[in-house]
Amino acid sequence: MTVVSQDSIIWTDVGAVTDIPLRGARRVPTPQGDIAVFRSGDGEVFALRDHCPHKGGPLSQGIVHGHAVTCPLHNWIIDLATGAPTGSDSGKGCAPSVPLRLDNGRVLLGAARPAH
Amino acid sequence: MTKQKLVVIGNGMAGCRAVEDILKRDPHRYEITIFGAEPRVNYNRIMLSPVLAGEKAFDDIVINDEAWYRDNGIALHAGRKVTAIDPAAKTVSTQDGLCAAYDVLILANGSDPVRLPLPGSDLAGVITFRDLDDVDAMVAATETPDGRAVVIGGGLLGLEAAYGLAKRGMKATVVHLTDVLMERQLDESAGFLLAEALKAKGVETVLAGQSEEILGADGRVSGLRLKDGRVLPCDILVMAVGIRPNAALAKAAGLAVNRGVVVDDQMRTSDPSIFAVGECAEHRGIAYGLVAPIWDMCRTLAQTLTDGPAAYEGSVLSTRLKVSGVDVFSAGRFSGGEDCEDIVFRDAGRGVYKRLVLKDGKVAGAVLFGDVADGGWYVELMRSGEDVSAIRESLVFGQAVTEGLRGLDPKAAVAAMADDAEICGCNGVSKGQITTAIAGQGLTSLDDVRAVTKASGSCGSCTPRVEHLLKLALGDSFKAQTGPKPVCKCTAHPHETVRRTIVAEALKSIPAVMQALEWTTPDGCAACRPALNYYLICAWPGEYSDDKQSRFVNERVHANIQKDGTYSVVPRMWGGVTSSDELRAIADVVDKFAIPMVKVTGGQRIDLLGVKKDDLPAVWSDLNAAGMVSGHAYGKALRTVKTCVGSDWCRFGTQDSTGLGVRLEKYMWGSWTPAKVKLGVSGCPRNCAESTCKDIGVICVDSGYEIHIGGAAGLHIRGTELLTKVASEDEALWSICAIAQLYREEAWYGERIYKWMERVGVDAIRARVEDPDERQALHDRFSFSQRYYRIDPWAQRVAGRHGEEYTPLSRLMESERT
Repeated sequence: MTVVSQDSIIWTDVGAVTDIPLRGARRVPTPQGDIAVFRSGDGEVFALRDHCPHKGGPLSQGIVHGHAVTCPLHNWIIDLATGAPTGSDSGKGCAPSVPLRLDNGRVLLGAARPAH
Repeated sequence: MTKQKLVVIGNGMAGCRAVEDILKRDPHRYEITIFGAEPRVNYNRIMLSPVLAGEKAFDDIVINDEAWYRDNGIALHAGRKVTAIDPAAKTVSTQDGLCAAYDVLILANGSDPVRLPLPGSDLAGVITFRDLDDVDAMVAATETPDGRAVVIGGGLLGLEAAYGLAKRGMKATVVHLTDVLMERQLDESAGFLLAEALKAKGVETVLAGQSEEILGADGRVSGLRLKDGRVLPCDILVMAVGIRPNAALAKAAGLAVNRGVVVDDQMRTSDPSIFAVGECAEHRGIAYGLVAPIWDMCRTLAQTLTDGPAAYEGSVLSTRLKVSGVDVFSAGRFSGGEDCEDIVFRDAGRGVYKRLVLKDGKVAGAVLFGDVADGGWYVELMRSGEDVSAIRESLVFGQAVTEGLRGLDPKAAVAAMADDAEICGCNGVSKGQITTAIAGQGLTSLDDVRAVTKASGSCGSCTPRVEHLLKLALGDSFKAQTGPKPVCKCTAHPHETVRRTIVAEALKSIPAVMQALEWTTPDGCAACRPALNYYLICAWPGEYSDDKQSRFVNERVHANIQKDGTYSVVPRMWGGVTSSDELRAIADVVDKFAIPMVKVTGGQRIDLLGVKKDDLPAVWSDLNAAGMVSGHAYGKALRTVKTCVGSDWCRFGTQDSTGLGVRLEKYMWGSWTPAKVKLGVSGCPRNCAESTCKDIGVICVDSGYEIHIGGAAGLHIRGTELLTKVASEDEALWSICAIAQLYREEAWYGERIYKWMERVGVDAIRARVEDPDERQALHDRFSFSQRYYRIDPWAQRVAGRHGEEYTPLSRLMESERT
């Protein structure tokens, strides 16, 4: 396990970019709920809280197209870069982004360092 | 005035270009000495590919011949490698003891190809693709009869090497580490098109191929083994996996070195008398490997060394190349990114794909395939940062169209177009041809224009302009019409066209369909991708490999997602019949996995609700062990076959309805359909299995079997219509399979049988199912398809298939850190 610290963020190596299917997603469980890590068809990687702003659907289970995912519960389309719903649902909340870094083909997710 | 001494290390494209640019500005300022490691004059390295392909000779690609060096008074030391720089003494020295003093030194010694440290990489016949010696070695290898070549690396150089070798008669295979060819220059769609084009030219590609070992015999390469065990035999192996800037010489001299030799905006290294340009240099963290930035650097350097300081501020990266006669171009952030928008244009007829990436109303990147004429214009727009919102509509059609229309409202723009201006690019129809047809033949609708001129009949993107022409000609009497509804926003084509084209043009992958039918998005959306995946499964059973990322979650994980993100599991109970063993196994599973809810469904089976995703494979494993398989309660597929107890038990039963139901389910399960399919078999007209509200229902009577179709009891409630009546159980099975197959082949994705029946008419379906030959053919096609799909997806996943679907990527963040 690689934990890299930088300022107030703890970075955790959660796997290789290629562990995430193209046009797909994987989950990373945390005490605050799952994080969804997506890989779009053109190879970009995104991380959002796995929680649709509509009714909490698991976005990691949706169909990934372009830089968006369609929530499996009610077909809201969420922008992967911002976590915001698009189209007629825009402006209705947001699935928070999770700090993400790519390093040499590895995916690192960031979490705030707990205060001591 | 004595001339200053200028020494250049590197006789390649950068070194000579820098010298040329200096001479152009001030031919008399410097006394110039050039050292080159290769024993020849300066040539155009980019043109090595045509030399390899036999399209050009070495003499054709020489940039500067010996006369140029002589005429400009340049001392050329070709074949003499500089081995040391002494910045304090301001001298350079070569391996063979030559020492030269400088006032100004330019490092332009380029880069080295990366050699993968694979076992066997030192075998004879393992080469890189960098200089003329490599080309000679490759050409020599092509003299082996029926020779085979493997190229590791599907980037620009690797593909050119493979194409050149194939052109010289070798069987060439490119092994590429990622799933997209040239992924640093192309997006997935363009990469797919490139792979197709290469295939047509005899170059095979192995994507996501990890090289493991180079195999040899008698000290010479004989093949490449991949991690998955495949062995690709070969007589020559070319490594084209990237380049590494040559920075060792500079580092040894104490210059600041990172990946390359670090330079500032004047191309100056950490020593004020030493400059670096080209692939060896690193500017603002970037070491460039393409020619355009190198030209920019040389220009800046030449100005700095003659007229005074200039500044290089980095280059907008663009790549233009021609592989197997196909033009490819990319620039900037071609694969999009945060807050970016895409404009996609496809013209299947011409094999063209264009993708523009916009950010904040400006062009941020572009990928062009097949037609790269406007590449330079897009780079210009990127460089200038011009706001393109106003010309967005026509941007993708290029500069000529856009500037012709700029500043005009669409109708006026069309009115202002010349008669010979092209309206429909797909079919090459000019404005004049359309207006003449409208006036001369009295056309009044878009369909008329399509029928007569073909304009707007292919991709549909010129439809607005054709409508403007109709409006101009007809005034208010023209009303825009609405044709069949497109599949989704990604395409202008309706389902019918998509299905027909897949079969007619033998399209066998989702990217192939998107290209042929000119999808306007890079990879579709959640509406069209599942539809295309189904159409391909139906058209090419056994041949098409299911794209699970194009399946809705339930079909991807083979369970039904519930509102809380848990899943429900419904095992098949054939014809609604179960046993104590099955019930016991279900009870055990419920206890073992603490499944919170067990519910009897309307389809005569048992639903286990609230199963956690991670538990699914283990739950299925236990159900499999008791002989149960997936009930496909989650899919657009055969769901249940509901039965009554029939003649075995019921005093009114006329036939063995339970037996027929079990037989139908065992024959038809696993088949994918446009929408869910539920069957019912009732043993008498009292209809206890409620067959007359099923998609396909059987009512048994004394004289045989009535087959009904088109019932529904969901959002819409409607009874079935009687389709046909047959005498035997066998005929009932054949007819039902024929109906199912006709529905599978002709309905639109998401269209239930009753909707399909309303659209095409029950008589049309009857005519085909009652024709004995057609019934037989439909049944046979269904049966053939079932050879591939009558498989338990649960058992496959218990055995480990797509295991990543059910496990988290990582559990490292699961617990709170202290």
